[in-house]
Amino acid sequence: MTEVYVVGTDMIKFGRFPDRTVPQIGAQAALMALDDAGLTIDDMQALYCGNLGEAGAMVGQRVLREIGQTGIPVVNCANACATGATAFREGWAAIKAGIYDVVLAVGVEQMGRGLLGGGGGGAGIPTEGLLGSGTMPAVFAHVGMEHTRNYGTTFEQFAKVSVKNHHHSTLNPKAMYQVETPLQEVMGAEMISYPNTKLMCSVNVDGSAAAVLASETAARRLGLMNRAVRVRASAMTSDPYTPRNTVMPDFNAVTRMAAKAAYEMAGVGPEDVNLVELHDCFATAEIVHYENLGLCADGEGGRMIDSGETALGGRVPVNVSGGLLSKGHPLGATGIANIYEITTHLRGEAGKRQVEGARIGLTHVVGMGSACAIHVLEKV
Amino acid sequence: MSETQVAAKPLPVVAFLKIPESGDPYLEGYKCENCGQVFLESHPSCAACRKRDTLKAYRLSNKGKLYNFTVVHRNFPGVEVPFISAIVDIDGGGTLKGNLVDIVPSPEALKFDMPVDVVFRDAGRKDREGNSYLAYFFTPAKA
Repeated sequence: MTEVYVVGTDMIKFGRFPDRTVPQIGAQAALMALDDAGLTIDDMQALYCGNLGEAGAMVGQRVLREIGQTGIPVVNCANACATGATAFREGWAAIKAGIYDVVLAVGVEQMGRGLLGGGGGGAGIPTEGLLGSGTMPAVFAHVGMEHTRNYGTTFEQFAKVSVKNHHHSTLNPKAMYQVETPLQEVMGAEMISYPNTKLMCSVNVDGSAAAVLASETAARRLGLMNRAVRVRASAMTSDPYTPRNTVMPDFNAVTRMAAKAAYEMAGVGPEDVNLVELHDCFATAEIVHYENLGLCADGEGGRMIDSGETALGGRVPVNVSGGLLSKGHPLGATGIANIYEITTHLRGEAGKRQVEGARIGLTHVVGMGSACAIHVLEKV
Repeated sequence: MSETQVAAKPLPVVAFLKIPESGDPYLEGYKCENCGQVFLESHPSCAACRKRDTLKAYRLSNKGKLYNFTVVHRNFPGVEVPFISAIVDIDGGGTLKGNLVDIVPSPEALKFDMPVDVVFRDAGRKDREGNSYLAYFFTPAKA
């Protein structure tokens, strides 16, 4: 099977664009990624589009109405917070299979404000706040509290994740926010669901990101190998059965399974990874994923954030983009925005937040329900 | 369309809460005859061991241990905060999420693995037709 390369990628600066449509926002990143590759929509043989909010409304086709209706096949993907990564992976799989050799993947989302999740119910009354909480801050508070239960991880350690990622975002002009948040400010912010304060919750923003993928033959034919980044692994899992999964989504098992598959496919281990963009939808999540991705041993996540190993300049910088916590989390765009971030570092084009000498980077997203997608990218 | 009538008795808040004609309410899930895993709903195959037609009705115990908790301070309008969202491992099998009540909603007041009872109380909410609902809650276990 052919190698697959990212030959063009970009994202818009995340923000709030209530006056624009989802296809308009998606089209912007699509054109930027095509420009980055020096290609046009006429060069694309298929489009893989990730969006959740309008999943029934043919967003990919509507993106093509904005940038050129060439008649190529369009696949619209929805997979919770793994939506963008799923679209990217579908494009990767099609090239691997030899069906196409140049495709476009676009992820886009327009978000409201406020709490996500909750709602629902058994019979005729809502059960949120009656049978526990299903809001996202509460669900991920439970994730963190399981780590506290097992390893004694503290509120302060979780809060440090937000301090770090908000600091990183000050170096990323495409992040929603570029504001330092000292530890006292994070811990003193409005408590949403213990231990997640408001500054430990990801930001609901509008955004889009896109990537052009090509086979090795196509990348060479088009003269695009000099800035190409190789996709060394693409792994996806659904949640395997674990005993509490019926009431408490298990983001650990699904991630560990995907990580194992990704490292095997890439032929590398976590010790070979130079930077990571992982799913910090809440500060509590980042610490458990250090362990799920093998960046440290089980139980060492709290120590890892204390040590600074995951900050820019540390052993394995995590979420140097600012992460979902500060860059923002437009659900369907996030997976491809991660690809953009890692690709930018592997190209040595990340400016002030550049991870020096980066050769291998890893992206991770996990959508509740659950879907986990991991990609390992390598500098050519 | 028939006229809606307010039920004479409270309705169960979830399908796995059973209100018998006589006797106390209880929770009924399903247990796999093959691997012993407990589910709150029935399925054609066991999600754990994949065997077919092995899930049999199973009455959950009213005792359990607090596996996990969070104190929720922000929720949707109309939901009273703070409250404790609790994950409880039920003795003998099954895991439930619910509100832990009759205790201060503060992390300092809570201990992992503290024994809890499952109790049944009015949900405090009615549907549009005015029906009352019976819900389950967790309380610190009586000594």
